[in-house]
This record gives sequence, C-alpha cells and structure tokens, in this order.
Amino acid sequence: MSETVKSIVLIGVGGQGTILVSKVLTTALVTAGFDVKMSEIHGMAQRGGSVSTQIRYGKKVYSPLIGVGEADILLAFERMEAVRGAALLKKDALIIVNDYTIIPPPVASGTAVYPDNCIDALREKFKLIAFNAAQVAEELGNPRVMNVVLLGAMAEVLQLDKLDWETALKVNVPERFIEINQEAFKRGRELARSEEEAYAP
Amino acid sequence: MKQLMSGNEAVARGLYEAGVKIASAYPGTPSTEIIENLRQYQGVYSEWAPNEKVATEVAYGASIAGVRSVSIMKHVGINVAADPMFNAVYDGVEGGFVIISADDPSMHSSQNEQDNRHYARAAKMPMFEPSDSQECLDMIREAYQVSERFDTPVLFRMTTRVCHSKSLVEFGQPLQVESIPYKKNPAKYISSPANAMVHRQLLEERLQAMAEYSDKAEFNRMEINDRKFGVIASGISVQIAREVFPADYSFLSLGFTYPLPEKLIRSFAEQVEEIYVLEELDPFLEEQIKALGIKVTGKDIFPNMFELNPAIVRESYWGEKQESVDLDVDMVARPPSLCPGCPHRGFFYTIRKKKNAVIAGDIGCYTLGGSPPLAAIDSVICMGAGFSAAMGMAKAFEVSGVDKVVFGVVGDSTFFHSGITGAIEILYNKGRVIPVVLDNSTTSMTGQQDNPGTGLTLSGEIAEKVSIEALFKAIGFAKVITVDPQDLTAMEAAIDEAIAAEQACAMIVKRPCVLIKNIEHDFKLCVVDRDLCTSCRRCLRVGCSAIYYVDGKAYIDPALCTGCTVCMQVCNFDAISVVD
Ligand SMILES: Cc1ncc(C[n+]2csc(CCOP(=O)(O)OP(=O)(O)O)c2C)c(N)n1
Ligand code: SF4
Ligand code: SF4
Ligand code: SF4
Repeated sequence: MSETVKSIVLIGVGGQGTILVSKVLTTALVTAGFDVKMSEIHGMAQRGGSVSTQIRYGKKVYSPLIGVGEADILLAFERMEAVRGAALLKKDALIIVNDYTIIPPPVASGTAVYPDNCIDALREKFKLIAFNAAQVAEELGNPRVMNVVLLGAMAEVLQLDKLDWETALKVNVPERFIEINQEAFKRGRELARSEEEAYAP
Repeated sequence: MKQLMSGNEAVARGLYEAGVKIASAYPGTPSTEIIENLRQYQGVYSEWAPNEKVATEVAYGASIAGVRSVSIMKHVGINVAADPMFNAVYDGVEGGFVIISADDPSMHSSQNEQDNRHYARAAKMPMFEPSDSQECLDMIREAYQVSERFDTPVLFRMTTRVCHSKSLVEFGQPLQVESIPYKKNPAKYISSPANAMVHRQLLEERLQAMAEYSDKAEFNRMEINDRKFGVIASGISVQIAREVFPADYSFLSLGFTYPLPEKLIRSFAEQVEEIYVLEELDPFLEEQIKALGIKVTGKDIFPNMFELNPAIVRESYWGEKQESVDLDVDMVARPPSLCPGCPHRGFFYTIRKKKNAVIAGDIGCYTLGGSPPLAAIDSVICMGAGFSAAMGMAKAFEVSGVDKVVFGVVGDSTFFHSGITGAIEILYNKGRVIPVVLDNSTTSMTGQQDNPGTGLTLSGEIAEKVSIEALFKAIGFAKVITVDPQDLTAMEAAIDEAIAAEQACAMIVKRPCVLIKNIEHDFKLCVVDRDLCTSCRRCLRVGCSAIYYVDGKAYIDPALCTGCTVCMQVCNFDAISVVD
C-alpha cells in the first residue's frame, strides 16, 4: 500500500444524498484495509444549504480535514457547488460534476443571478468529467438514485481494483432499492469511462 | 474488526462500556447524536431533558444515588448548566459523573465559538480532550475511573470535527458496574456554606492529586525524536500536528488537559529546544505553560479563532500560502432558509406587515425569519431570551416614550427550555409584551427531536403532552390565542386581536414542521398559471426556495413545493392554484 494519503471532497446541496455516497465509499475503503477518516458537517436541519464531506484514505491518516489546495478528487452533485468545492483542490485534481442546477434562495428571491459559466470555468482549469446524473437517474425510473450514478463514476476514476463495491452498496442501501442502485452505479461507471477516454492521448 | 464510527457514536459506545446507567441531554449540534446513539444500548436509561441545567442535575442526582451517569450538551449548553456543574465539583460524586461539552469552533451551527476548556479551570474539574473516535471511546471509559478515584465530576470536551468525523474504532469489553449502596451523607451532599468551607479545602488537595495523575496519564503522551523542534497539542490539534509537522519532530500529545501535566511539560521542555503549542481557539495550554516559565510559541503564529486545518497550520508555520486555483465565476451563497412549506413562514410574512412591531426572536429554525426577504426579527441572543429581552425592550420603550408593539417569539422546545420563566416575568412585572410560541411540534433546528410538548420520549414511548396553552393560562395570561399560520387571514386577525387585547395575551402559532417523520402530512402542489402571472414578484417575498422566476414569470418547482399555499394567498392575480 502506498504511503500517500488521498483526499476526496464530496459537495452538494442538502437532500441530494451525499451522505449515502460517502457511506458506501468509506465502507469499500475500510473493507479493503485502508485507514480512513471522514468528516462531514451536518447541523442545520433545513433543506437547501451547501453540504460537504471530506474523505481521506491511505496507510495511516491523521487529519480528517482537508485544507485549501489539498484535495485530489472532487465529486460535485451540482454545478455551482463544484466551483465552491474546487477551492479545496490541488492544481492537477480531477472533478466529477453533475451537470445539474439547484436554484439557491438569493436567486429564487431575485436578488442574485445563477452563474452560467460554471462548467466552462472548471473545464479550463481541471480535468473534468461532467454529465447530467439527474437525467440518467430519471431514465432509470427513480430520480433519487442520482447520487449512486455519481458514485459509479467515482468508482471508475478511483482505479482501486480491490474495492468490493457490490457489497458496500448492499450493506448501505435498503433491500428493495438494491437493484436500481446497482444499475445506477453501473451507468455512472460507464459514463465516466467514456468521458475519461476523451482525455486519453 | 474495527468499525468506522463518528466520535459521537464512539462516545455512546464508550458510555455503555463504562457501565453508565443514567444519561440526560438537551439537543444541540454537534452533540445531539451521542444520546441518540446511546438509547440503543440495553440497560441505559436515556432521556431528553427540557434544558441542560435540568440534564446536569438529573445526572448528578443519579451519581449521588450511586450509579454512573452523564449529561450531554453543546458548548453553550454548559452556560446553562454551569450552576449545578460548579457546585457538583465541590460536593464530589458517588457513581462516576461526566459532563460532555461539544464545542463548535468556526460556529458551523452556533451563535459563538466559546472555548469551554476554560470551564474546567474555572470550576476546578478534570478534563479530557479526545482527538479521534478511538480516543472518544477509550477516554470516556477512563473518565469514569478518574471521576470515582478523585471524587469529582469530569468535563469531557469534544469539538465539531471530533464529534462528526469518522475514524476506525475497536470496541472494548463492557464493564459490569454495580450500583453503590445508597447512604445518606448530608455533610457531603448538602452544599451549605459550612460544608462548602470544608469542600473547598478538599478540592485543593484533589487538584494536587489529579496533577500527579496528569503527569502519568495514559492519554498524555510524550514522544521525543528531534531535539530541536517539538510540538505540544491537544484535542483535534494532535491529529493536525501529526499531519503537518515532520515525523522526526518531538511531540507531546495531551488528552488530559486539566490539571495540566506540569512535570511532563517541564521534562519535554528540557529535552526539546524550540517548542510550539498548537491548539484550536484560545491559548488555554499556552498561557498555562508560559506561566510555568517555559518559552513556547503559539498564538503568535497560529490563529486564535476558527477551526484549524492542515493548510492553515502549514501557512502559519512555514509562511507559505497553499495555492488553490482561482475560478472566474460569480458565486451565489446558499444561506440556510426556511424549508418550502415551513409553518414559520406564514407567521413572519404576516407580522412583517405590522410596521410598528419589534420582534425579539430566539434560537431555532425560526431564527431564519430574520433573513431576507422575510427579515422580520430585531434580535436573537440565546435560548430563552426571546421573551425576557422583549420585556426589557418594552420597558425601555415605555420609559423613553417610544410607541412600539413588542413581540417575544420562541419555539416550542425553546419555550420548555427557558421561555417559561420569561413568560412569568412578563406577567409578574406587567410587561407590555405579546409572548408568541411558534409550536411546530418538534425541536426542528437540531433534527426534529421530541420535547415535553410532543407526547413522545427519547425512547419513543408515549408521554404526557405538556400543554403550552395550559401553562400560559396557569401563569395568568387571560387570553391565549391559538392560530394556524398557514391561513394568512386568520394569522393576521390573531395578531391584530393580540395587539388590541386589554388583558395579558399570549399567542400559540401551531402547525407541525414539514420534516417530522412519524406523522401524516397533507402535502399538495401549487402551480403558476403563466398567462395570469403579471410578474409582480409579490410571491417571492414569502422567501420560499420552491418558487422563483423562470423566463420573467413565477415558477414553482414541483420537486420542492409542499402545496402550503402561502405564496398563493399573497398573489393578487389568482395566478397560483393548488393541484391535488
Ligand atoms: C443553550 C442552548 N442549547 C441548545 C442549543 C441548540 N439549539 C438551537 S435551536 C434549538 C431548538 C429549537 O427548537 P424550537 O424552539 O422548537 O424551534 P424550531 O427549531 O423547532 O423552530 C436547539 C436545541 C442552543 N443554541 N443553545
Ligand atoms: S426543518 Fe421544519 S421548522 Fe425547520 S425550516 Fe424546515 S420546515 Fe421549518
Ligand atoms: S404574485 Fe402572482 S402575479 Fe405576482 S409574480 Fe407571483 S404568481 Fe405572478
Ligand atoms: S405553496 Fe408556494 S410557498 Fe408553499 S411550498 Fe409551494 S411554492 Fe413554497
């Protein structure tokens, strides 16, 4: 096992299911024998705030926290949140972003405008995998599995072969939703693979 | 196998393993999940108390009666519980007694970031500061040993990132702890001045003995490597120090931080030339270490506010800023706002129309009634201040001859916590204040916990519902108006009636929070007819994130709307309607 610790940031909007994704991810990492630390801020009960989870894994992890400019991978559940999360990233980091918009309250009340250049700005500076996971989930018949589509994409780019994703999904998802979640996971993986190929020289 | 657990889960497990029998808590981020996890363990009585003072007195009573006990709260809860806490230190314990304080550096969900380590020193009680989940479990077990060995309550000080971070934990064996047979002991447990004189001296001896313990404590670890540089840290800073500083630096990692291990620190200082003290928030360790005559560097270079992280510490220490990529995007914040369908919305939208009203608010989801576009609240101080600060304002307006109608506004949980005494104050001292309880049948802000008014206990048992209306009446309010805030016409009529009332009048604004899980909600959906919408923007003033503008007209997001009809009631053009 390499000595280096990898840092992952998940970011989204409250209610999008970031917590399930971090649970599956950490379950898989722990089972594979990594030391894992994860930190999330959950406090305000109301829906709609920005939520983020930080996950670090490696042979030995000390700090559960990632500072500005330190993260390797960002999994963003929403476009503008991706830009918010990007502040934590290293220069050559990778971003997987759900090309999807959730209107924040100041935009809803007409006092601010939602930025229209999120994806372009990110693509200019980072390696970017962008697709509309919400749409994929809708096609699968359950908009709520959007998060697991994104998780699938994450599994693809992590390139950790020994992770047992299937079991990790099973222990974290209620029985009756397993099938659709497995399907969502697979679709996410495929999407990430085809997007990644676009970067191949 | 080791399990990935949050600090809160690990503390709950540790309390169970330590043989704790009585646990009392009041919710508050980041502490709430401790007792919510503890309730799963057999043989532990766990409860929500109405406030932290009560929780601490309940737990201390249990200790006097001979069982291990705990009271659990967020940092500001300690302010409320300080009276029993300080006095319990004088009297000592029978069964082990630990008070858990979960501090919130960076104020992720708090009104301040007070550093509660000062309480240990002020109250003269021992303190632990775990740095990860394994230490949460191990240290809480040790805390009970310390409590019983030194005859004292123990402060267990956590922080948000210790509470909510997950790391690997190995369980221990649960202890079989017998209850201590009850013996009446008035000289010990009646804190009269005469007894306190005796206790005060014993306390000094105890501190001495604990200082010796501190020097040898398992959780105060010295690791001498390089003799040039050394770092002293406690709590989460221990992990950050190990992350940031080279492995060949020397480390003194402290988990038992009051009384400080003086000899150990001196020994570290003798072996290491240049010492840095890394701690979050105040220079609690630093000032005490400097008082020993030891030269260290701490807050001269490290920040004395907000949470630390590796990048911040690196920048402070090596002076180089961690680079991050700048993106040219005009970001919009996502401030928390009342949920679509929130019952508080109708009240704040309506009261805002009363230009002469001053509103002393309080802490809970309804604090968001102070944010734009509702912006209806004048002040928020601390739990319970809604009524009593309103009283002070009203009296001040009276003496200054200012014509204002003052409302004190608290939630149901806040009313039970410390609003009742304010209501008594208003009646007793003839305040011209209208006390309002926004009763959403839950403690929402912290994740919908039950409270004395909900009819359920922490363990899910049916309880007597304490009636807010009956309480107001019993206090002596001649008129108690109960109203549904979702009916804006009725809401406005109720406010007008309260303002016009000749006698003491209180108001209960009643409708359940939309996030309560175990009740049926009559959710519907509202839609905008684009042909009827005149783009007047009035509906945006209700501050609901489910309704916004799309292509110049109002639009309701069907994924978010609960069909509460508040926006519909404010539209003058019948452009919004309900679909079932
Ligand atoms: C002394 C103290 N204890 C706990 C908290 C954490 N806290 C903030 S608001 C709140 C409860 C609010 O419940 P309620 O009054 O019913 O209002 P709601 O959130 O349901 O609108 C709690 C427990 C605090 N801020 N201060
Ligand atoms: S959680 Fe409940 S009380 Fe709080 S904002 Fe949402 S609906 Fe309102
Ligand atoms: S209040 Fe009615 S008319 Fe005005 S913008 Fe909203 S929907 Fe349109
Ligand atoms: S009816 Fe209007 S105010 Fe109520 S949730 Fe729907 S959009 Fe929001």
